[in-house]
Formats: sequence, structure tokens, C-alpha cells
Amino acid sequence: MLNVKDLHAYYGRAHILHGVTLEARAGEVVALLGRNGAGKSTTLKSIMGLVPAASGEVSFGDVRIESLPPHRIARLGLGYVPEERRIFTDLTVMENLTVGRQAPRAGAPSWSEDKLFALFPNLARMRERPGGRMSGGEQQMLTIARTLMGNPRCVLLDEPSEGLAPIIVEQMAHSIRTLKGEGLSVVLCEQNLHFALGVADRAYIIEKGQIRFGGTMAELAADAGLREQYLSV
Amino acid sequence: MTFASFIIQLLNGLASASSLFLVSAGLSLIFGVTRIVNFAHGSLYMLGLYGAYSLIEALGRTPLGFWTSVVLAALLVGVAGVLIEVLVLRRIYKAPELFQLLATFAIVLVIKDIALFVWGAEDLVGPRAPGLSMAVEILGRRIPAYDLLLIAIGPVVLLALWLLLRRTRWGALVRAATQDREMVGALGVDQARLFTSVFFVGALLAGLGGALQIPREPANLELDLSIIADAFVVTVVGGLGSIGGAFLAAVLIGVAKAFCIGIGTVHWFGFEIAFSKLTLVVEFLIMALVLVVRPFGLLGRPPATQRITADPAPPLAVPSWTFALVWLALLLAVPLVADRYVTILLTDIFCFALFAVSLHFIMGPAGMVSFGHAAYFGLGAYAAGLLLKRGGLPMEAALVLAPLVAGAFAVVYGWFCVRLSGVYLAMLTLAFAQISWSIVFQWDSLTGGSNGVFGVWPSPWLAGKTAYYYLALAFCGAGVALLWRVLFSPFGYALRAGRDSPLRAEAIGIDLRRFQWSAFVLVGTLAGLAGAVFAFSKGSISPATISIAQSTDGLIMVLLGGVETLTGPVAGAAIFTWLRDEVARRTEFWRAVMGMVILLIVLLFPQGLVGGLKALATRFRERAL
Repeated sequence: MLNVKDLHAYYGRAHILHGVTLEARAGEVVALLGRNGAGKSTTLKSIMGLVPAASGEVSFGDVRIESLPPHRIARLGLGYVPEERRIFTDLTVMENLTVGRQAPRAGAPSWSEDKLFALFPNLARMRERPGGRMSGGEQQMLTIARTLMGNPRCVLLDEPSEGLAPIIVEQMAHSIRTLKGEGLSVVLCEQNLHFALGVADRAYIIEKGQIRFGGTMAELAADAGLREQYLSV
Repeated sequence: MTFASFIIQLLNGLASASSLFLVSAGLSLIFGVTRIVNFAHGSLYMLGLYGAYSLIEALGRTPLGFWTSVVLAALLVGVAGVLIEVLVLRRIYKAPELFQLLATFAIVLVIKDIALFVWGAEDLVGPRAPGLSMAVEILGRRIPAYDLLLIAIGPVVLLALWLLLRRTRWGALVRAATQDREMVGALGVDQARLFTSVFFVGALLAGLGGALQIPREPANLELDLSIIADAFVVTVVGGLGSIGGAFLAAVLIGVAKAFCIGIGTVHWFGFEIAFSKLTLVVEFLIMALVLVVRPFGLLGRPPATQRITADPAPPLAVPSWTFALVWLALLLAVPLVADRYVTILLTDIFCFALFAVSLHFIMGPAGMVSFGHAAYFGLGAYAAGLLLKRGGLPMEAALVLAPLVAGAFAVVYGWFCVRLSGVYLAMLTLAFAQISWSIVFQWDSLTGGSNGVFGVWPSPWLAGKTAYYYLALAFCGAGVALLWRVLFSPFGYALRAGRDSPLRAEAIGIDLRRFQWSAFVLVGTLAGLAGAVFAFSKGSISPATISIAQSTDGLIMVLLGGVETLTGPVAGAAIFTWLRDEVARRTEFWRAVMGMVILLIVLLFPQGLVGGLKALATRFRERAL
């Protein structure tokens, strides 16, 4: 579904990604783990075209996307949920969803407002509320719902559990498992290993802009040294 | 004032508010989404008037012909807006904001000359609206029926825009992009197409505003800059990005102006005050007041910080001594070898170089973009002329005192300006420049009004062109050197720190506002010096020295040279002054030529000339390694 090969990217002159290679297969949830500043967010932004790829290949399905502008990538069915949520604060919940809407797509679960309100019941109670007057957890749900309105085949989720109350984190994990159940592929960045263990099939560990480990969650869970070296704070 | 005349003035004001609202709403819409301050918006309004005039001539002065022409003119102007967006602006959305501004100045120049070429320099008086040319009697006074229709059109358009923005997906996209256009792109929306559509709607509104004015106002070539100044005031008073605010502000300003005209001349305590001449002043006073009380306008909110990942300005390089001395030696030698023409041209260039360097100081390192820098240049020039002619001072004294007068104005204007930032600050500077201009323009008995001041010649020992050349070189050179030196003093560092991060600068104990205020006064004084030197070199002063066009010339010089280098503004001033002189001697359409040259430069060198050459040199060097 999504194939990244030897991806390099810069912020200004700072070389952030030093050849990232990873893969997400259809219907799979893949976690990208690493400490703060390891390059997780940049990897997702670079896949999405928000940070230009300096070199390397990114393929989505059978299309090469590393030099496409973000809106073209989104229209191929690759959804992006940013870490800072980036809700349109002046727009109501319904309007935020409208902005994300795209035509239904073959081979991808298709979403409507009602279906999303079933997935995130909190949102259903605040359809006309401006995005700026919502709690962090509600905004996190809205930003995911907004991206799902584009009927993506694969979603890039940047730190969905960050800054949320434990009960909301639990709901979020449940929602991600539901997405997987619908047949969606998910790539999610996480610092919270526990959260990742609960939702992902496989994981990569990124450190200083390079992938240091790729394997199943079971392999990661079994290797305490690996976790100690790359993930403990 | 009787009740009847009160109502009449109110209706007058409301009628003129409608067009102003249409133009401002379009400006606001375009700014919100693209973050471009579209100076060419006034030109689109002007095209609306001209277009409606020609179409009515072609289609006939019937009600059908008239209204078809108005609608058609608006649509055509909308298409013109699309062309501007697609051909020029789309290519430079990633360029620094100021460069986009420069491009819109260039478009103003080009459109002005297209209008001159197509419609000629004469004012074109349009027909009364057929079928609506009668007057309606209200409270015993006669009001043109067309005015009543205009009064109704404002709220109708307001409602239509509100529905468009609140009830359609397009509206949601526009409002979303106003806040975070990158995110809108990541959700699969093609920004380019969205921007084009916004330009179409915005330009259409400007065109409609213009076309509807044709029965009330002759089409002429000065409309572009005069309406853009008004529209800036309205958008800023109403709050950038707020359509309702624009309507409120247009009504407020339209009515205030109508009352000024209605009051006419009154005698208070032995003073004669001609309110009818104060319309411009009143408008800008309203703006200054609103901005001080509500810095983001009546209905505006603090602007959402658009996510623009622009690189921070690079550190300034110090010009080397050898570089400066070689240039100085060359310039000192010029009168020995060159003819009179070159000497005079270079004298002009010295004045504009100091003007541009002072503008660069405030907008580059100090981070406060000024749209009204001509205020200080012009006030310096007028102070010099008036101290000489009316004050009876010797020329030498006038030359030294004039900059201080300009500086004194900068003390007052600056006090207001440093309270704001960004576009609001820029527009307030424009407002102050316009106030200065209108006072100079209308205070006939002191300033000579539109004729200006004559016979402003230097003392006999400086009267020769060569002698004056050296004087200009000495004063302007010293001014430039002083400004550059200050940039590398602790004061200059503090200003740059404040530009890069106001919060952090204040956190380490810098009283940023006071520093910025001082910077305002410093550059105002030196721009005044440039104006004074300029005045004595020409022998006469006209209100043009204080006009918006003079301010935009300054911006063009700075941006052309490149705002990120010290020498850029000097190079920009030299190239601009020389080019204008060359082109103006060859063709009547020098503005269009200048505009095209600027557009070409903008599209080819988005870092400015000097910046672009430096980038080229760096690339060359890196390849050589």
C-alpha cells in the first residue's frame, strides 16, 4: 500500500531524515516509534509532501508520490492527521468535516457524517460548535473524522494519544482498531509504547532520522534491550 | 443643521458607502485567503468604471443596456483578476510576502497605462442611470433615485456574501484556508484553484463597485490609488477579513465624509474651518482612532498566525571599507568627467538612495513595513521650502532644520504606529501619509495647494549643479552611513531581535516599543533630510513628493534591490531612478514598461536584484568547488 525507500528530507539546512525506509501493507496498522525529535513527524510530513523529499522514493499503491503536492497525494486516498490537530477554529464541527470531504473511493471504506458520529459519539453532540471551543480530546476526534471524510485508503496519524486524558486515549485506541476493522491501513507515530502495543501489528523504531528496527509488536515486546536503547526516556 | 439636511447627508453618505464596501469586501476576502495585500485592487475598481463606460456606449443608454453593461463590466474585471492570479501571483506564493506586494505595485503601473492607452488621459463622464435619473423627494429635498438604489445594493451584497461564506462548501473552504491553507491542501483541496476562485470573486466585487459608480463619478486615471487608500482604511477600521466589519466601516466613513461636505465652512470662535476640505483628514482620523482603541478593527480579531514556514532573515553583512571607499572615490570623480545630465541624475539618485535606505531600515531590520514613508520625505521637502520662502530663513538653516520638522512628525505618527504590527501597522502609516498629503494639498494659503512651492533654490555658493552634487553626496552619503552604522550598534541589534521575536526580546528586558518609536523618529528625520536635499535640487516642491505613489516608489526601490541586504536599497534606488528617467524620455507609457520590468524581476529573482545576484554567485562558487 505505502512504500518508503531511502527517504531524505531537510528543514532549511538541517538534515532531518537520513534515508528512512518503511512499508505499510493493506489493512495493517504500523507504528513508528521513537523519542522526541527522532524524525517521526517529519517522516509523515515528508510522505504527505508537506516537507519536500530531498531524495528517495515514496509509492502509494502503484503511484510515485514523492514529488506531488499535498492535495494531489490526499486525492489519491492518503489521509493525514497532524500532531497539532490543526482544527479550523472558526468553522463548526460540520463545516470542518465539509472541508475534508472527497468523493467515495473504490477499495476504501466510505464515510459519512453519520457514520463518523457513530465512531466518535462526542462529536455528534456538538455539530454546530466552532472548532475553537472544543476540548483537546474532542479536537483530536474531529481532526481524525475530518481526514476520514476524504474516504482514504490509508491514514497517517501523528501522535493520536498526545496530551489526552487516559480515558480518551482508551477511546482513541478503540477507534483505531475500528478503522483497521473497516479495512483501512494506518501508519501512526507514537512515543507512547503502551498505546502502540494496543493497536499496532508491526512497528518501526526511528532514531536520528534512520530506521533502527522493524518487526512485529511481539518481537518488540520481547526485546527489552531495544526498548531501553531507543524508547526509554 | 436641520433634521432634513441631516437625513439628506446620511443618505448621501450611505450611497457612497456602497461602492466602498464592495471594493473593501473584495480586498478583505483576497487578503484573508492569500495573505496578499493587493494594491492592484484599486486598479480593478478603476477598470470597472472604464469598462462600464465603454460597454454602455456600445450597448446603448437604455435601462437594459446600462444594467447589462454593469454586470458585464463586473464579470470582465473578475476575469482580469483571474488573469492576474494565474499569470503572476500564483508563481510567487512561496516568495516573501513583500515580494508579492511588489508584484501588485507593478500590476498597478501596468493597468494604469493600459487604461491610458485604451481610454486616454481625459476624464470620461458616464451617463445617468437610464430610468433612474429622476430624483425622489424626501423631506422637501431631492435625492437621486439612483442613490437610493445604491443604498440598497450594499446590504444586498453583504447578505449574498454572508450566505456564500456561511452556507456553501466554497465558503467553508475559504474560511478554512484563511486560517490554515496548508492543512486545507493536505485535506485534498487544490489551493491554486481555490485562490483563483477567490480572486475572481474579489475582483468581481471591485469591478461591480466601480461599474456602479459610473453615473456618479467620471472615470479617471487617479481612481486606482485613491480608492485603494480608502479601501485600506475601510478594511482596517472594520477588521481585516471581516466582511460585516467592512460594511460597518464603509458606512461609518461614507457618512462621516458626507457630513463634512454637508457642514461646509463654519465659523467657530473666530476661526474659519472648512469641513468640506477635511474629508480625507476625517476619514484617516477615524482610522487612527479606531486602531488605537481596537487594534484589530471594529469587528476584527487578532489575525490567526498563518503557518508560513518562511526562513528567518539572514544576518546582515557589513559592507567593507574598501567597497565604500572605492564607490566614494568614483562618485567624487564623476563631475570631473561626466556631463550635466549625469550629475543631475546622480543627485536625484542620492536623494532617493537615502530615502530608500531609511525605508529599508524601518521595514527590514526593524520589521515595520511602512506604506507611507513619503510622508517624511515630503514633509522634509515642504519644511525646507516653507522655512525658506515663508520663514525667511537662509537656505543652509532651512536644510538643517527641515529634517527635524519631519522627525517631529515622526514622533507623533510613530507613537501610534508602534502600537500595531504587520499589515495594520503598514496601513496606519499609509493613513498618516494621506493625512499629511491632504493637509498639504488643501492648505492652499500656506503650501500653495496643488501647485506646490516655487523658487526653492539653494544659496548662490551651492547653486551650481556640481556644487550641489557634492552637497547631496555629502548629506545623503552621511545619512546612509549613519543608518548603516546604527544597525550594527546595540540599538540596531535590539531592533532586529524585536523583529525576529518580539516576545523573547521583551523577555530579556528590551522595551521594544520605545526602541521602535526611536527608530521611527530616526528614519523619519533622515527621510526628511532626503526630501530637503531633493527640494533644493529641483527648485520647487509639489504634493507629489508626499503622495502614495512616492511611498510605493520607495517600496519598489527597496524590494527591487532586496530587503535582505544593506546595499540592495541603494542599488534599487539607482536602478529605479535611472530606468524611470530613461523610459520616461522614450515613451508616454513608461509606467507599463517599469511595471513589466518589475514583474520580470519578481518572477526571475524572488530575492531581489542584489539578493538574487548573491544567490547566483553562491551557486556558481559552490559549483566551482
